[in-house]
Amino acid sequence: MNNSALVTSIAGVLAAAAPILFAVIGETISERAGVLNLSMNGMILLSAMGSFAVALATGSVVLGFLAGAAIGALVSLIVAFASLTLLQSQVAVGFVLALLCRDLSYFLGNPIMGKVGPRISQVPIPGFERIPVLGTIFFRQDVMTYLSFILIVLAWFFIFRTRPGLILRGVGERPAAAYIRGANVNRLRYLYAVIGGAIAGLAGPIYSLSVKAGWKGTISGLDGIGWIVLSITIFGGWKPFRAAFGAYLFAFLQWLGLVLQPSLPSVPSQVLQVAPFPLMILSLLLVNIGNAEWVDRSLSRLPENVRRDIAKVLRAMNATPPAALGVPFEKE
Amino acid sequence: MRDTRTNRILFQIGAILFALIVTTLVLSLAGAQPFAAYKYIMLGAVGSWDVVSNVLVSWVPLLLATSGLLVTFTVGLWNIGIEGQITLGAIFTTWAMRLLQDSGWNPSLILVIAVLAGMLGGTLWALLAGALKTFGGVNEIFGGLGLNFVATALNIWLIFGPWKRPGVASMSGTLPFDRSLWMPIAAGSSRLTPATLVIAIVGIIAVYATIEGTYFGLKLKAVGRNPKSAYILGIPTWQHMMASFAICGVFAGLAGAVQVTAVYHRLIPSISSGYGYLGLMVAMLVGYKASLAAPVALFFAALNVGSIQLPIILKLDSSLAGVLQGTLVLFVILGQGVRTKLLKKTKVSS
Repeated sequence: MNNSALVTSIAGVLAAAAPILFAVIGETISERAGVLNLSMNGMILLSAMGSFAVALATGSVVLGFLAGAAIGALVSLIVAFASLTLLQSQVAVGFVLALLCRDLSYFLGNPIMGKVGPRISQVPIPGFERIPVLGTIFFRQDVMTYLSFILIVLAWFFIFRTRPGLILRGVGERPAAAYIRGANVNRLRYLYAVIGGAIAGLAGPIYSLSVKAGWKGTISGLDGIGWIVLSITIFGGWKPFRAAFGAYLFAFLQWLGLVLQPSLPSVPSQVLQVAPFPLMILSLLLVNIGNAEWVDRSLSRLPENVRRDIAKVLRAMNATPPAALGVPFEKE
Repeated sequence: MRDTRTNRILFQIGAILFALIVTTLVLSLAGAQPFAAYKYIMLGAVGSWDVVSNVLVSWVPLLLATSGLLVTFTVGLWNIGIEGQITLGAIFTTWAMRLLQDSGWNPSLILVIAVLAGMLGGTLWALLAGALKTFGGVNEIFGGLGLNFVATALNIWLIFGPWKRPGVASMSGTLPFDRSLWMPIAAGSSRLTPATLVIAIVGIIAVYATIEGTYFGLKLKAVGRNPKSAYILGIPTWQHMMASFAICGVFAGLAGAVQVTAVYHRLIPSISSGYGYLGLMVAMLVGYKASLAAPVALFFAALNVGSIQLPIILKLDSSLAGVLQGTLVLFVILGQGVRTKLLKKTKVSS
């Protein structure tokens, strides 16, 4: 592979990661507030189908994207209502919606299957696009990929550098304390669940109006992405930059699977496509293992300096979920 | 409002009505005639002896999956990894049959060994999810999901690689087994196998009896209600969680074995047919109680089989069954929430 092909591939990986990034950041915001949105897999499919249908009918990609965000917000609103107001299990509602939205997208999307519709195109940024290597990688993308770069920084800044972000973390971490300080816990949880859902809902149109333009039903190759998004959110430790790293890593591994295909003819292509998934479990194991009791116990038997080094590595990898994730908050 | 049997049933009926209304709206949105769709689903599920026996064929693996899940739900675990456990059951069954098919042994003996191998496969995969949870701190939902993908990859690799059909490997699966290695089919039916029906019915009864009638079941419930206090009372928590994973794995493996020996007679890429996820829906719908699992699973199987003909007759996608099942479970959950809320309000004001 020559250099320019490699550069184009890297640019491709960044674009392929854009929808995953939107979904992961959206889920991170929602989970930071304490609302686990397990419906992600169905939600992305439904918003991909719905936004393509809207764009096809109106000829406007902007309306398509708005529809995608609206579908994401609506599905999240159902999760929030069932869990925050009706105090039902977030896992149960989320799982049902994951299956329901998937089947809805296949059912309603049947008539628009395989149709050719509008899509967004690349918008090179004048001046910057001519920079060797970096120009192709960063400045010849479509609008949503540019926005995905900005989104990472913006989300990090909001969560860790602003006062509302501090309250957001408090609502998911210690809701009782946040309440005492005057935060309306459930209203904020609704708010961030819906905002997070709208951001994650944009993943759908980024697929159906750009990365994998069109709607192809069960062979769209989108089924499963939402589950990966949920894993990357954990892998990312609910931090935007680490989550972004996870999203890029996943997109890179998928690309690697495609590239390796010709040199490994004995391995069916379907196997390489799912190769990132076992790696995801392994990574979940790595970020969680520091929490396990037996690790502490066996570490305590090691000599002090070795123990300290291992503990440092484990702590660096470790990710602890927001303490009140999935736990309903009720005023006494 | 008081907590009575009548208003509980009223809420269930309300949930069914809401689900029907929403599904009808979805059908109208798709430009279809809702009542024609319902009519053909019904005809497709009970219209002839042949389709009824097809419903029973799909009821067996669904009920097996649900039975296993009721055990993991009892200890408070969300065993989403059941899809992979079914797949591994099917893989182990196929493996055993491939090893023994030319051995000249009695076919019944081979079938028994193959089914046992399937149970072993499902159990091992379930224990893996359990170990990830117990020793690795990986939530069973995410560990299980990951393992589902791994199981699918393994399955496809086997079908296209080492176990491929002579000539060209294809999505249609491995070479079908010899007819002598099929589960015996009932007289006058094309697919119904009485042996698997018996296994499924015995299975759900065993689960019901274990959970409701044994000390072990009581301990499982205690762990599910409150793991900390169960532990303080001397119930080893993680051992009971692992045990329930193993039991669920046995059932999932059985479902996989049934798919190979009684339904497809070979290994196919989508061998689990989504019965694991559907089983989770059934378990949620019956409120995690074993007593209603069999009829509700039968109803879900009827919806699935009934909608198979929809694409041909009405040009509608057969995922309509999933839409109906999903809205039903969703409204039952929402209804439960509303009902608890109203009950609490009454308690406070009285």
